[in-house]
Amino acid sequence: MRIAVIGAGVVGSLIARELCRYDVEVLLIEKNLDVGWGVTKANSAILHAGYDDPVGSVRARFCSTGNEMYTELSRELDFEIKRTGSYVLAFDDREVPVLHRLLIQGEKNGVPDLSIHDRETILSREPRINPEVKMGLWAPTAGITEPWMVAIAAVENALENGLKLFLNEEVIDFEKQGNRIVGIVTKRRVHRVDVVINAAGLFADEIARLAGAEYVPLHPRKGQYILLDKKLGNVVKSVVFPTPTEKSKGILVLPTIDGGLLLGPTAEDLPADRKNDLTTTSEGVQAVKNSVLKLVPEIDFSLVVKTFAGLRPESPQKDFFIGKSEIVPNFVNAMAMRSPGLTAAPAIAKYIAEEVLQQQMGLSLTTKKGFKPTRKGIRRYAELSLEEWQRAVNENPSAGRMVCFCNEVTEAEIVEAIRRGARTLDGVKFRTRAMFGRCQGGFCMSKILKILERELKTDASQIVLKSPNSWIVDGKVRE
Amino acid sequence: MKTDVLVIGAGAAGMAAAIAAAKKNLKVVIAERDEITGGILNQCIHNGFGLHYFREELTGPEYAERFREQLNRYADAIEVLTDCHVLRLNRDKTALLVSLKGVFELETKAVIYAAGARERPFGSLMIPGDRPSGIFTAGVAQRLMNIDNRKVGRRALIVGSGDIGMIMARRLTLEGIEVVGVVERLPYPGGLLRNVIQCLRDFNIPLYLSSTVVEVKGSERLEEVIVASVDEQFRPIPGTEKSFKVDTLVLSVGLIPQVEMLNSLVALDKRTRGIACSNTGQSSNEWIFAAGNCTAIFDLVDYVTREGERAGEYASRYVNGDRFSLGIPIVPGENVMLTFPNFYSGVDDLTLYLRCRKPMERALLKVGGFEKSFEDLTPSEMIVVKIPERKLANLDMVEVRLEEV
Repeated sequence: MRIAVIGAGVVGSLIARELCRYDVEVLLIEKNLDVGWGVTKANSAILHAGYDDPVGSVRARFCSTGNEMYTELSRELDFEIKRTGSYVLAFDDREVPVLHRLLIQGEKNGVPDLSIHDRETILSREPRINPEVKMGLWAPTAGITEPWMVAIAAVENALENGLKLFLNEEVIDFEKQGNRIVGIVTKRRVHRVDVVINAAGLFADEIARLAGAEYVPLHPRKGQYILLDKKLGNVVKSVVFPTPTEKSKGILVLPTIDGGLLLGPTAEDLPADRKNDLTTTSEGVQAVKNSVLKLVPEIDFSLVVKTFAGLRPESPQKDFFIGKSEIVPNFVNAMAMRSPGLTAAPAIAKYIAEEVLQQQMGLSLTTKKGFKPTRKGIRRYAELSLEEWQRAVNENPSAGRMVCFCNEVTEAEIVEAIRRGARTLDGVKFRTRAMFGRCQGGFCMSKILKILERELKTDASQIVLKSPNSWIVDGKVRE
Repeated sequence: MKTDVLVIGAGAAGMAAAIAAAKKNLKVVIAERDEITGGILNQCIHNGFGLHYFREELTGPEYAERFREQLNRYADAIEVLTDCHVLRLNRDKTALLVSLKGVFELETKAVIYAAGARERPFGSLMIPGDRPSGIFTAGVAQRLMNIDNRKVGRRALIVGSGDIGMIMARRLTLEGIEVVGVVERLPYPGGLLRNVIQCLRDFNIPLYLSSTVVEVKGSERLEEVIVASVDEQFRPIPGTEKSFKVDTLVLSVGLIPQVEMLNSLVALDKRTRGIACSNTGQSSNEWIFAAGNCTAIFDLVDYVTREGERAGEYASRYVNGDRFSLGIPIVPGENVMLTFPNFYSGVDDLTLYLRCRKPMERALLKVGGFEKSFEDLTPSEMIVVKIPERKLANLDMVEVRLEEV
């Protein structure tokens, strides 16, 4: 049996990895040049506790379960998570009841250990927060991760367990016999398939429509962010939300896994034809600045590293749309994965493999012998003990050549990232954190370009930033 | 490993400092994270270096080579470690380094920190729009062109009329890349006058003053840059937008002293954002000396060499038991944007570097009992004066003022 997953974001990658536990052929088809480059690439990177989702919603069903699963998943797949905890802060008396409502909602959703903190407790834990704070909802199970790293780790592990990965293959049509899909037509070939799982992120509605299956219409909701230098990494220790509104969880302040500070996102609803609009605007960036200063009054904006935008898929229902199609019997949707999609993803992957495919669709999947659940991440030499690092350099001197000085990434790590599938500058950046620091590649980009050229046995003019036409350098100055 | 002096960085300042210390018969280790010594000089293949120091005009690589020869001459005293990154500097005067040989600790008696500067990256400018490829800082473009032998694009706009920006405008033009203009936020050029003439006017490259980039467009490679005029507060003026269809944007929008490794060890100056030093090169931590662009951004490498030598000499005296106080603060007064050094120790004459706050036709510089008149001053050209020790006697602080005449 061949099961194809469309979309290698965090949802599709985890579904593909889950399916690799069984004796089936698993295909993962992605239109970008790398995994985790759609919605997964630019979002708040939060593992939500699960108090924010309406009782009885699909979101509520998967959020706190997914949150809990991340502990073991991050151990198995060797990616980083930090259980920072989160605060929802109330600054006036009208906001305080909202905290109590969220607490009750969270408890009904099965979120553990929620509590309301008073001003003194909040300020003792987070001294940089605006002292006008009144109360806060504390959720200790909330945390942060690197979403793209979840996708990369899941795919690397799945590849070791037999996954077939097809990058740079946009799905343009389906071949059907009656209502059943028999082939997925991409820009490069036709894949014969028995089951299709649609995890195409922002474009999942279009994929479902192509397949003739049910869908909810998706439109992009833009979130603009400001990333600040590691020097500000200790401004807050936890994820700090304002009191949420009807529309969104608001603009927040949070630490990043590698020690920076992230501010954002805005919540700008765009029409459905702007699913590629990743532009930042001066209004958006200004809105982020203004909002966060209410939470943390002193932020040194001279330490901005970059501004960027991400898109999240929103539907009129504001809820996930997950399950088998009633029209196309071998088609399964995992769409409208707005927040808390990242958090819910592991639980959704398990649900689709166990309940949807096996129980509801009656597929008999047998467990594969020899499934290897673990994957090792790229070794970060600067985080090893000095003895271990010395041993590594003795074996491979390039583990002692620092390429990215800001984040201390060695040549050995970059070569390893390329060995594991990085083909672009962003591929190296998102796997190793090189070029992610305060100089933004000023010192190391040209070196990394040369390493890519050498390792891939290609010419630098063929290497791109992130997409087929995002070339970096042209021909030679002198032949 | 043990040494008398550890020099961090083998650019212009570090090489000069190492040689100066070796001349005082000290044992020196110089750690350079690149694969060769010379620093940014290696990629500056244009000429104009050395006019003050050597009284002749050299290219960057030629200028570096002269000091490399000196490093070799003192090879008995100076150990050069290339491909060697300093991971940490500790309070107990030990440093942790990593190189192709591994991780090792070095015990030293003094440090001369000469780590230079980094370029302000595109991301920090918060420019609205897409995030395509084809946006380079000037130094990266320079390295790609001059070291890696790669053209960075086909049609380019330059942002920032600092020296590197103007030099890159010429360099790109000479290699057949069309440069459609140089955009400058200020109402006057940001770099040296000689570069405005030799790099822009001689090649008919338009300079757009009081202008800024308000948007970049291109989902993959850069396609278009929108430029607008700015008012006195540097705010874009609506309705003045101009479009440039270019695939390359080169940014020369400022250098930031590299100070992060010394964060908790020394005091910084809030104006230069570099390591605060006295005229001996000594920082607020007596065993750490600093020189070059990690202290303040200098106009000329010749100045950096002099400051490196000075730090090398005083660090040597420190290792040999001399002690100096940081001294009295030097503070920018009327019409002065910044000054270097930040303290005057009372030892020796004072070589003072300063920048005026605005262009001035005639001005009188007043420092303690010292006065000197100047003409045609601009903030982009550093003023350098040597002030005799006796003119600075009996002061609590040195105020540097430029009176308009």
